[in-house]
Amino acid sequence: MAMTIHVDIVSAEGAIHSGQATMVYASAEVGEVGIAPRHTAFISRLKPGDVRVENEQGEQEHFYVSGGMLEVQPNVVTVLADTAVRAANLDEAAAQDAKRRAEEALAGQQAGFEYAKAQAELAEAIAQLRAIEKLRKTKRG
Amino acid sequence: MAGAKEIRTKIASIKSTQKITSAMEMVAASKMRKAQDRMSASRPYADKMLQVIHHLAQATPEYRHSFMATERPRKRVGYIVVSSDRGLCGGLNSNLFRRLSAEIKEQQAAGIEPVFCAIGSKALGFFKRFGGKVLAQATHLGDTPHIEDLIGTVKVMLDAFEAGEIDAIHVASNEFVNTMTQRPEIRQLVPIAPAEKQEEALPYHWDYIYEPDAHTVLDALLTRYIESLVYQSVVENVACEQAARMVAMKAASDNAGNLIDELQLVYNKARQAAITQEISEIVSGAAAV
Repeated sequence: MAMTIHVDIVSAEGAIHSGQATMVYASAEVGEVGIAPRHTAFISRLKPGDVRVENEQGEQEHFYVSGGMLEVQPNVVTVLADTAVRAANLDEAAAQDAKRRAEEALAGQQAGFEYAKAQAELAEAIAQLRAIEKLRKTKRG
Repeated sequence: MAGAKEIRTKIASIKSTQKITSAMEMVAASKMRKAQDRMSASRPYADKMLQVIHHLAQATPEYRHSFMATERPRKRVGYIVVSSDRGLCGGLNSNLFRRLSAEIKEQQAAGIEPVFCAIGSKALGFFKRFGGKVLAQATHLGDTPHIEDLIGTVKVMLDAFEAGEIDAIHVASNEFVNTMTQRPEIRQLVPIAPAEKQEEALPYHWDYIYEPDAHTVLDALLTRYIESLVYQSVVENVACEQAARMVAMKAASDNAGNLIDELQLVYNKARQAAITQEISEIVSGAAAV
Protein backbone atom coordinates (compact mmCIF):
# COMPACT_ATOMS: atom_id res chain seq x y z
CA MET A 1 0.00 0.00 0.00
CA ALA A 2 1.25 3.41 -0.93
CA MET A 3 2.15 5.86 1.80
CA THR A 4 -0.57 8.40 2.41
CA ILE A 5 -0.96 11.74 4.07
CA HIS A 6 -4.09 13.13 5.67
CA VAL A 7 -5.58 16.15 3.94
CA ASP A 8 -8.01 18.60 5.46
CA ILE A 9 -9.40 21.46 3.46
CA VAL A 10 -11.36 23.78 5.71
CA SER A 11 -12.80 27.23 5.26
CA ALA A 12 -14.32 29.59 7.79
CA GLU A 13 -17.77 28.60 6.59
CA GLY A 14 -17.28 24.85 6.78
CA ALA A 15 -15.16 21.81 6.04
CA ILE A 16 -14.63 21.23 2.34
CA HIS A 17 -12.67 17.99 2.16
CA SER A 18 -11.08 15.48 4.47
CA GLY A 19 -9.32 12.26 3.53
CA GLN A 20 -6.13 10.37 2.70
CA ALA A 21 -3.97 11.26 -0.27
CA THR A 22 -0.76 10.12 -1.87
CA MET A 23 0.07 13.55 -3.19
CA VAL A 24 -1.27 17.08 -2.80
CA TYR A 25 -0.59 19.92 -5.23
CA ALA A 26 -1.26 23.55 -4.41
CA SER A 27 -0.28 26.92 -5.81
CA ALA A 28 1.76 28.50 -3.04
CA GLU A 29 2.83 32.09 -3.11
CA VAL A 30 6.21 31.44 -4.74
CA GLY A 31 5.06 28.73 -7.11
CA GLU A 32 3.28 25.42 -7.32
CA VAL A 33 4.20 22.92 -4.65
CA GLY A 34 3.66 19.19 -4.50
CA ILE A 35 3.36 17.66 -1.05
CA ALA A 36 4.20 13.98 -0.65
CA PRO A 37 3.70 12.02 2.58
CA ARG A 38 6.39 12.74 5.20
CA HIS A 39 6.99 16.18 3.84
CA THR A 40 8.81 18.40 6.27
CA ALA A 41 6.85 21.02 8.22
CA PHE A 42 6.01 23.84 5.90
CA ILE A 43 3.72 26.83 5.93
CA SER A 44 2.85 29.20 3.13
CA ARG A 45 0.26 31.52 1.79
CA LEU A 46 -1.74 30.26 -1.16
CA LYS A 47 -2.51 32.06 -4.36
CA PRO A 48 -5.98 31.73 -5.86
CA GLY A 49 -5.97 28.50 -7.81
CA ASP A 50 -6.44 24.77 -7.81
CA VAL A 51 -5.68 22.43 -4.97
CA ARG A 52 -5.36 18.92 -6.37
CA VAL A 53 -5.59 15.90 -4.13
CA GLU A 54 -4.44 12.57 -5.55
CA ASN A 55 -5.86 9.57 -3.74
CA GLU A 56 -4.63 5.98 -3.55
CA GLN A 57 -6.46 4.99 -6.72
CA GLY A 58 -4.54 7.62 -8.60
CA GLU A 59 -7.64 9.77 -9.09
CA GLN A 60 -7.30 13.49 -8.73
CA GLU A 61 -9.83 15.71 -7.04
CA HIS A 62 -9.78 19.41 -7.74
CA PHE A 63 -10.73 22.14 -5.31
CA TYR A 64 -10.65 25.76 -6.21
CA VAL A 65 -9.49 28.06 -3.45
CA SER A 66 -9.40 31.83 -3.69
CA GLY A 67 -6.30 32.01 -1.55
CA GLY A 68 -5.59 30.97 1.99
CA MET A 69 -2.91 29.24 3.99
CA LEU A 70 -1.21 25.90 3.52
CA GLU A 71 0.15 24.14 6.56
CA VAL A 72 2.11 20.91 6.23
CA GLN A 73 3.22 18.55 8.93
CA PRO A 74 4.71 15.13 8.20
CA ASN A 75 1.35 13.36 8.39
CA VAL A 76 -1.15 16.11 7.85
CA VAL A 77 -1.76 18.74 5.21
CA THR A 78 -4.19 21.49 6.15
CA VAL A 79 -5.50 23.98 3.66
CA LEU A 80 -7.12 26.93 5.39
CA ALA A 81 -9.08 28.20 2.42
CA ASP A 82 -10.40 31.71 2.07
CA THR A 83 -14.00 31.93 1.00
CA ALA A 84 -13.52 35.42 -0.35
CA VAL A 85 -11.09 36.80 -2.88
CA ARG A 86 -8.46 38.59 -0.84
CA ALA A 87 -6.00 41.24 -1.81
CA ALA A 88 -4.62 44.17 0.13
CA ASN A 89 -6.40 46.72 -2.05
CA LEU A 90 -9.67 44.74 -2.01
CA ASP A 91 -9.55 44.54 1.79
CA GLU A 92 -8.84 48.23 1.92
CA ALA A 93 -11.81 48.92 -0.34
CA ALA A 94 -14.03 46.78 1.88
CA ALA A 95 -12.82 48.68 4.94
CA GLN A 96 -13.48 52.02 3.27
CA ASP A 97 -16.91 50.76 2.31
CA ALA A 98 -17.72 49.74 5.87
CA LYS A 99 -16.61 53.15 7.14
CA ARG A 100 -18.62 54.98 4.51
CA ARG A 101 -21.71 52.94 5.35
CA ALA A 102 -21.36 53.86 9.02
CA GLU A 103 -20.99 57.53 8.17
CA GLU A 104 -23.94 57.38 5.80
CA ALA A 105 -26.10 55.59 8.33
CA LEU A 106 -25.42 58.20 10.96
CA ALA A 107 -25.93 60.98 8.41
CA GLY A 108 -29.04 59.14 7.25
CA GLN A 109 -30.47 59.73 10.69
CA GLN A 110 -30.70 63.41 9.84
CA ALA A 111 -32.13 62.73 6.38
CA GLY A 112 -34.71 60.32 7.83
CA PHE A 113 -35.76 62.90 10.36
CA GLU A 114 -36.26 65.54 7.72
CA TYR A 115 -38.19 63.12 5.55
CA ALA A 116 -40.59 62.48 8.41
CA LYS A 117 -40.92 66.19 8.97
CA ALA A 118 -41.71 66.73 5.29
CA GLN A 119 -44.36 64.03 5.44
CA ALA A 120 -45.96 65.59 8.48
CA GLU A 121 -46.03 68.97 6.79
CA LEU A 122 -47.55 67.45 3.66
CA ALA A 123 -50.26 65.69 5.68
CA GLU A 124 -51.05 68.98 7.43
CA ALA A 125 -51.36 70.80 4.10
CA ILE A 126 -53.74 68.14 2.76
CA ALA A 127 -55.85 68.33 5.91
CA GLN A 128 -56.06 72.10 5.56
CA LEU A 129 -57.18 71.80 1.93
CA ARG A 130 -59.89 69.35 2.91
CA ALA A 131 -61.08 71.59 5.69
CA ILE A 132 -61.34 74.50 3.27
CA GLU A 133 -63.32 72.39 0.78
CA LYS A 134 -65.74 71.34 3.51
CA LEU A 135 -66.19 74.93 4.59
CA ARG A 136 -67.01 75.97 1.01
CA LYS A 137 -69.58 73.17 0.65
CA THR A 138 -71.34 74.06 3.89
CA LYS A 139 -71.43 77.76 2.86
CA ARG A 140 -72.95 76.91 -0.52
CA GLY A 141 -75.39 74.44 0.99
CA MET B 1 -76.85 39.55 18.74
CA ALA B 2 -74.66 42.55 17.84
CA GLY B 3 -72.21 41.83 20.66
CA ALA B 4 -71.94 38.20 19.59
CA LYS B 5 -71.07 39.19 16.06
CA GLU B 6 -68.33 41.53 17.25
CA ILE B 7 -66.85 38.80 19.38
CA ARG B 8 -66.92 36.40 16.43
CA THR B 9 -64.95 38.86 14.28
CA LYS B 10 -62.46 39.32 17.05
CA ILE B 11 -61.98 35.58 17.41
CA ALA B 12 -61.41 35.25 13.67
CA SER B 13 -58.82 38.02 13.72
CA ILE B 14 -56.92 36.48 16.64
CA LYS B 15 -57.03 33.12 14.91
CA SER B 16 -55.34 34.53 11.84
CA THR B 17 -52.68 36.19 14.01
CA GLN B 18 -52.13 32.86 15.70
CA LYS B 19 -51.64 31.22 12.33
CA ILE B 20 -48.92 33.72 11.48
CA THR B 21 -47.11 33.35 14.80
CA SER B 22 -47.18 29.56 14.67
CA ALA B 23 -45.87 29.64 11.09
CA MET B 24 -43.06 31.96 12.20
CA GLU B 25 -42.29 29.61 15.05
CA MET B 26 -41.86 26.68 12.69
CA VAL B 27 -39.74 28.69 10.25
CA ALA B 28 -37.52 29.85 13.11
CA ALA B 29 -37.13 26.27 14.35
CA SER B 30 -35.88 25.05 11.00
CA LYS B 31 -33.61 28.05 10.51
CA MET B 32 -32.19 27.58 13.98
CA ARG B 33 -31.12 24.04 13.17
CA LYS B 34 -29.34 25.22 10.03
CA ALA B 35 -27.64 28.04 11.93
CA GLN B 36 -26.44 25.56 14.54
CA ASP B 37 -24.93 23.42 11.79
CA ARG B 38 -23.08 26.45 10.46
CA MET B 39 -21.89 27.21 13.95
CA SER B 40 -20.24 23.82 14.28
CA ALA B 41 -18.97 23.91 10.68
CA SER B 42 -16.92 27.03 11.33
CA ARG B 43 -15.20 25.63 14.38
CA PRO B 44 -12.49 23.42 12.83
CA TYR B 45 -11.12 26.37 10.86
CA ALA B 46 -10.64 28.56 13.93
CA ASP B 47 -9.31 25.68 16.03
CA LYS B 48 -6.77 24.72 13.41
CA MET B 49 -5.68 28.31 13.03
CA LEU B 50 -5.24 28.75 16.75
CA GLN B 51 -2.98 25.69 16.80
CA VAL B 52 -0.80 27.08 14.05
CA ILE B 53 -0.71 30.54 15.63
CA HIS B 54 0.36 29.15 18.99
CA HIS B 55 3.03 27.10 17.37
CA LEU B 56 4.27 30.06 15.37
CA ALA B 57 4.32 32.23 18.46
CA GLN B 58 6.48 29.68 20.22
CA ALA B 59 8.73 28.97 17.28
CA THR B 60 9.56 32.62 16.65
CA PRO B 61 9.55 34.23 20.08
CA GLU B 62 11.57 37.21 18.89
CA TYR B 63 8.68 38.41 16.74
CA ARG B 64 5.66 39.58 18.68
CA HIS B 65 2.78 40.67 16.54
CA SER B 66 0.93 43.69 17.89
CA PHE B 67 -2.28 41.61 18.20
CA MET B 68 -0.48 39.29 20.59
CA ALA B 69 1.42 41.98 22.45
CA THR B 70 0.91 42.48 26.13
CA GLU B 71 -1.85 44.79 27.29
CA ARG B 72 -1.16 48.45 26.92
CA PRO B 73 -2.79 51.13 29.08
CA ARG B 74 -6.33 51.64 27.86
CA LYS B 75 -7.68 54.95 26.74
CA ARG B 76 -10.10 53.87 24.05
CA VAL B 77 -11.68 50.48 23.63
CA GLY B 78 -13.43 49.18 20.52
CA TYR B 79 -16.59 47.11 20.68
CA ILE B 80 -17.85 45.02 17.80
CA VAL B 81 -21.54 44.74 18.56
CA VAL B 82 -23.29 41.84 16.88
CA SER B 83 -27.09 42.05 16.76
CA SER B 84 -29.90 40.76 14.60
CA ASP B 85 -31.33 42.59 11.62
CA ARG B 86 -34.94 41.95 12.47
CA GLY B 87 -37.07 42.16 15.57
CA LEU B 88 -39.77 39.84 16.93
CA CYS B 89 -37.17 37.81 18.76
CA GLY B 90 -38.02 38.54 22.35
CA GLY B 91 -35.53 40.38 24.49
CA LEU B 92 -32.48 39.11 22.62
CA ASN B 93 -31.14 42.44 21.40
CA SER B 94 -32.39 44.46 24.36
CA ASN B 95 -30.57 42.16 26.77
CA LEU B 96 -27.36 42.51 24.79
CA PHE B 97 -27.66 46.29 24.68
CA ARG B 98 -28.39 46.44 28.37
CA ARG B 99 -25.30 44.36 29.10
CA LEU B 100 -23.28 46.59 26.80
CA SER B 101 -24.59 49.80 28.39
CA ALA B 102 -23.58 48.55 31.81
CA GLU B 103 -20.10 47.79 30.50
CA ILE B 104 -19.80 51.18 28.81
CA LYS B 105 -20.86 52.94 31.98
CA GLU B 106 -18.16 51.08 33.87
CA GLN B 107 -15.54 51.92 31.26
CA GLN B 108 -16.50 55.57 31.17
CA ALA B 109 -16.25 55.75 34.95
CA ALA B 110 -12.69 54.46 34.54
CA GLY B 111 -12.00 57.19 31.97
CA ILE B 112 -12.00 54.86 28.96
CA GLU B 113 -13.74 56.03 25.83
CA PRO B 114 -15.65 53.39 23.86
CA VAL B 115 -15.90 53.26 20.07
CA PHE B 116 -18.15 50.89 18.19
CA CYS B 117 -18.56 48.74 15.14
CA ALA B 118 -22.17 47.81 14.49
CA ILE B 119 -23.14 44.52 12.89
CA GLY B 120 -26.87 44.16 12.28
CA SER B 121 -29.55 46.84 11.87
CA LYS B 122 -30.65 46.67 15.50
CA ALA B 123 -27.19 47.60 16.73
CA LEU B 124 -27.01 50.45 14.26
CA GLY B 125 -30.43 51.69 15.36
CA PHE B 126 -29.34 51.44 18.96
CA PHE B 127 -26.29 53.63 18.35
CA LYS B 128 -28.43 56.13 16.46
CA ARG B 129 -30.57 56.60 19.52
CA PHE B 130 -27.85 56.15 22.09
CA GLY B 131 -25.13 58.13 20.35
CA GLY B 132 -21.61 56.75 20.37
CA LYS B 133 -18.88 56.79 17.80
CA VAL B 134 -19.52 54.12 15.18
CA LEU B 135 -16.43 53.43 13.08
CA ALA B 136 -17.91 50.86 10.75
CA GLN B 137 -21.08 48.92 10.18
CA ALA B 138 -22.41 45.92 8.30
CA THR B 139 -26.11 45.22 8.11
CA HIS B 140 -28.49 42.93 6.22
CA LEU B 141 -26.25 39.91 6.41
CA GLY B 142 -29.26 37.64 6.17
CA ASP B 143 -29.63 34.16 7.61
CA THR B 144 -26.43 32.91 5.99
CA PRO B 145 -23.77 35.49 6.77
CA HIS B 146 -20.62 35.32 4.68
CA ILE B 147 -17.16 36.18 5.83
CA GLU B 148 -16.58 38.61 2.96
CA ASP B 149 -19.33 40.83 4.35
CA LEU B 150 -17.34 41.15 7.55
CA ILE B 151 -13.81 41.64 6.21
CA GLY B 152 -14.21 45.39 5.82
CA THR B 153 -15.69 46.06 9.24
CA VAL B 154 -13.11 43.91 11.00
CA LYS B 155 -10.29 45.57 9.09
CA VAL B 156 -11.42 49.02 10.18
CA MET B 157 -11.18 47.93 13.80
CA LEU B 158 -7.86 46.12 13.38
CA ASP B 159 -6.38 49.10 11.56
CA ALA B 160 -7.51 51.38 14.37
CA PHE B 161 -5.88 49.03 16.84
CA GLU B 162 -2.60 48.92 14.94
CA ALA B 163 -2.61 52.68 14.57
CA GLY B 164 -2.95 52.96 18.34
CA GLU B 165 -6.35 54.65 18.14
CA ILE B 166 -7.89 51.94 20.25
CA ASP B 167 -6.14 49.76 22.80
CA ALA B 168 -8.34 46.69 22.80
CA ILE B 169 -11.14 45.16 20.76
CA HIS B 170 -14.06 43.38 22.34
CA VAL B 171 -16.91 41.59 20.69
CA ALA B 172 -20.38 41.79 22.20
CA SER B 173 -22.78 39.11 21.05
CA ASN B 174 -25.19 36.51 22.31
CA GLU B 175 -23.91 33.13 23.32
CA PHE B 176 -26.04 30.16 22.40
CA VAL B 177 -26.44 28.15 25.59
CA ASN B 178 -29.47 26.19 24.47
CA THR B 179 -32.76 26.81 22.72
CA MET B 180 -34.30 28.44 25.77
CA THR B 181 -31.27 30.39 26.95
CA GLN B 182 -29.11 32.92 25.14
CA ARG B 183 -26.57 34.78 27.18
CA PRO B 184 -25.22 38.21 26.21
CA GLU B 185 -21.44 38.02 26.32
CA ILE B 186 -18.59 40.49 25.88
CA ARG B 187 -15.29 38.85 25.01
CA GLN B 188 -11.90 40.30 24.31
CA LEU B 189 -10.60 39.70 20.80
CA VAL B 190 -7.42 41.71 20.70
CA PRO B 191 -4.88 41.55 22.26
CA ILE B 192 -5.15 37.79 22.04
CA ALA B 193 -5.05 36.28 25.50
CA PRO B 194 -1.87 34.27 26.08
CA ALA B 195 -2.48 30.58 25.56
CA GLU B 196 -2.22 27.93 28.22
CA LYS B 197 1.35 26.85 27.86
CA GLN B 198 1.23 23.37 29.34
CA GLU B 199 -0.62 21.67 26.49
CA GLU B 200 1.49 23.45 23.91
CA ALA B 201 4.79 22.38 25.45
CA LEU B 202 6.65 20.92 22.52
CA PRO B 203 8.37 17.61 23.08
CA TYR B 204 11.22 18.61 20.81
CA HIS B 205 11.97 21.71 18.88
CA TRP B 206 10.85 21.90 15.30
CA ASP B 207 9.90 24.70 13.03
CA TYR B 208 8.15 25.29 9.76
CA ILE B 209 9.71 26.26 6.51
CA TYR B 210 8.09 29.63 5.91
CA GLU B 211 7.11 31.00 2.61
CA PRO B 212 7.75 33.91 2.20
CA ASP B 213 8.67 34.51 5.89
CA ALA B 214 7.33 34.03 9.40
CA HIS B 215 6.09 37.59 9.83
CA THR B 216 4.00 37.67 6.67
CA VAL B 217 2.54 34.28 7.45
CA LEU B 218 1.72 35.28 11.02
CA ASP B 219 0.14 38.56 9.88
CA ALA B 220 -2.09 36.80 7.39
CA LEU B 221 -3.01 34.11 9.90
CA LEU B 222 -3.87 36.50 12.70
CA THR B 223 -6.10 38.66 10.54
CA ARG B 224 -7.96 35.60 9.32
CA TYR B 225 -8.18 34.22 12.82
CA ILE B 226 -9.80 37.38 14.17
CA GLU B 227 -12.15 37.47 11.21
CA SER B 228 -13.16 33.89 11.79
CA LEU B 229 -13.86 34.64 15.46
CA VAL B 230 -16.11 37.55 14.49
CA TYR B 231 -17.76 35.35 11.89
CA GLN B 232 -18.40 32.71 14.55
CA SER B 233 -20.02 35.31 16.79
CA VAL B 234 -22.23 36.43 13.93
CA VAL B 235 -23.28 32.87 13.09
CA GLU B 236 -23.88 32.11 16.75
CA ASN B 237 -25.97 35.26 17.02
CA VAL B 238 -28.09 34.10 14.07
CA ALA B 239 -28.73 30.82 15.89
CA CYS B 240 -29.63 32.80 19.02
CA GLU B 241 -31.94 35.05 17.05
CA GLN B 242 -33.83 32.12 15.58
CA ALA B 243 -34.04 30.34 18.93
CA ALA B 244 -35.29 33.49 20.65
CA ARG B 245 -37.79 34.07 17.87
CA MET B 246 -39.00 30.50 18.11
CA VAL B 247 -39.62 30.86 21.85
CA ALA B 248 -41.23 34.28 21.47
CA MET B 249 -43.54 33.08 18.72
CA LYS B 250 -44.49 29.98 20.71
CA ALA B 251 -45.45 32.21 23.62
CA ALA B 252 -47.45 34.43 21.27
CA SER B 253 -49.29 31.45 19.79
CA ASP B 254 -50.10 30.14 23.28
CA ASN B 255 -51.36 33.54 24.38
CA ALA B 256 -53.53 33.77 21.29
CA GLY B 257 -54.95 30.33 22.13
CA ASN B 258 -55.85 31.46 25.66
CA LEU B 259 -57.42 34.63 24.35
CA ILE B 260 -59.51 32.66 21.86
CA ASP B 261 -60.70 30.31 24.63
CA GLU B 262 -61.77 33.22 26.81
CA LEU B 263 -63.54 34.99 23.96
CA GLN B 264 -65.27 31.77 22.97
CA LEU B 265 -66.70 31.55 26.47
CA VAL B 266 -67.95 35.14 26.35
CA TYR B 267 -69.41 34.52 22.89
CA ASN B 268 -71.28 31.40 24.06
CA LYS B 269 -72.74 33.30 26.99
CA ALA B 270 -73.91 36.13 24.76
CA ARG B 271 -75.48 33.69 22.32
CA GLN B 272 -77.22 31.81 25.15
CA ALA B 273 -78.55 35.07 26.60
CA ALA B 274 -79.93 36.08 23.23
CA ILE B 275 -81.71 32.75 22.81
CA THR B 276 -83.16 32.89 26.31
CA GLN B 277 -84.43 36.37 25.66
CA GLU B 278 -86.08 35.34 22.40
CA ILE B 279 -87.83 32.41 24.03
CA SER B 280 -89.15 34.53 26.86
CA GLU B 281 -90.41 37.08 24.34
CA ILE B 282 -92.22 34.38 22.37
CA VAL B 283 -93.72 32.85 25.52
CA SER B 284 -94.87 36.18 26.90
CA GLY B 285 -96.26 37.08 23.47
CA ALA B 286 -98.23 33.79 23.35
CA ALA B 287 -99.54 34.36 26.89
CA ALA B 288 -100.77 37.81 25.91
CA VAL B 289 -102.80 36.30 23.03
